[in-house]
Order: sequence, then structure tokens, then C-alpha cells
Amino acid sequence: MATTYKAIATVTVGSGGAANIEFTSIAADWTDLIILCSLRSNSASTADNLKIELNGSTSNFTARSIYSTSDSSPNSYSFSIGEIAGINATNTTASVFSNTTIYICNYASANNKSISTDSVAENNATRGDLSLYATLWSNSSAITSIKLVAAGGNFIQYSTATLYGISNS
Amino acid sequence: MPTKLIVDCSTGVTTEVELTAEEIAQREADAAAFAEAKAIEEAEAQAKAEARAVILERLGLTEDEAKVLLG
Repeated sequence: MATTYKAIATVTVGSGGAANIEFTSIAADWTDLIILCSLRSNSASTADNLKIELNGSTSNFTARSIYSTSDSSPNSYSFSIGEIAGINATNTTASVFSNTTIYICNYASANNKSISTDSVAENNATRGDLSLYATLWSNSSAITSIKLVAAGGNFIQYSTATLYGISNS
Repeated sequence: MPTKLIVDCSTGVTTEVELTAEEIAQREADAAAFAEAKAIEEAEAQAKAEARAVILERLGLTEDEAKVLLG
């Protein structure tokens, strides 16, 4: 049976924290890519935002998000700065990390790239924050590197990200 | 000095590298852009909440009653 879902690489942030996490030299061996993340930022706020850079680019991103908490109605926002998720930050329950899934379709194709993200910034004390993002990166280059950035701070120790390759056969 | 983690997917090797001055400057610019976008986002949410409150008052409904109605 063909391997259709394979872990390519995993990174865990050490005690000093990290400003960003980069996956480089991504081969064009797969159909799609998935990144599963467990992240927390040291931003002095209740939530931070996760940003993505592809092949070193921070431009040509357009996105629409739906954001909701367990105690409020959802809101929708549009972005153009590569923001793809909300994640836990300092003012949430200690030692709680967000769960984020980033799906990148046809990453090696010569078409623009579609990205979908779902993320829960958990606060086990009172509520959970859900964010869903639909993103388009208007660039025809194959994606060979992916950078994840905590917009307002650094990823803290024990944050992890695993890149998976998805094959359609 | 802030650092970044780089994973070379062809080898599986992870390296920790200090950010360059240019990267730090870019990071600060990105943080400023993010803060600006966040402020716009919060202003939109506030405007939406205020518009909602005006409509509910006009209809003579409480927030809870509106939730029951729209639930």
C-alpha cells in the first residue's frame, strides 16, 4: 500500500524560545502539505497571531477568517499580511498550547496556492477561541520553504510543529 | 539576541540561528503592521457590536432574547 501521509520533519522549541520556525529544502515529492502545530507565544496578551511566509515571501496573501469564542458569536475578518491562525499567548492558562492545522494544497504546482487553517487557542479556565482561515497565496512558484512566525512575540519552549507530506496515490 | 529554528527537510537536521539585524528590523516592521491590522480588526468588531446594540434597543430585545430568537 502506498504511503499517503508521511512525517517529513518535526521541530520542538528549546528553552530559549524561538522567533520563528522554518522548514527549508522541501522536496516536490508530495501532492499537499500539512503542518500540525502545538504553539504558545510569549506575547503579553490573551492571544497571538500565527503568520506564514512562503519561499521567504510576505506578500500576495489574501485571507478571510472566521473567529469565535465559546462565549460569543462568530465574526469574520479579511487579511493580507499572511496571518493564518490565532494561538495561545501569555495571558491564557499557564502551560496550555494551541492546536493548529495548516493544509497547503498542490504546493509544488505552477498555480496560486490555497491554504486552509483551523486553530483553537485554548483557555481551559473560561473559554476556547476558534479561528478558521481560508488563504490564497498568489504565486506560481513551487513552495520549497515555509516559515511560521508568532506575530507579537516568540514561540516558547515545548512549542512543536510537524510537517507532513500528503500523496494522492 | 532572538533566534530562529531552521529544519532542513532534505537532511532532517535542525539548527538554531541568531536573527540578523535585517531580520530583526523586518520582524519589528511586521509587528507594527500586525498591531495596525489588529487595531482595525478591533475597531470593526466594536462598530459591529454597537450597531447590534442599537438594533436590539430599537426592537426592544435583550441580548439573551436575541440569542433565543436567532439560535
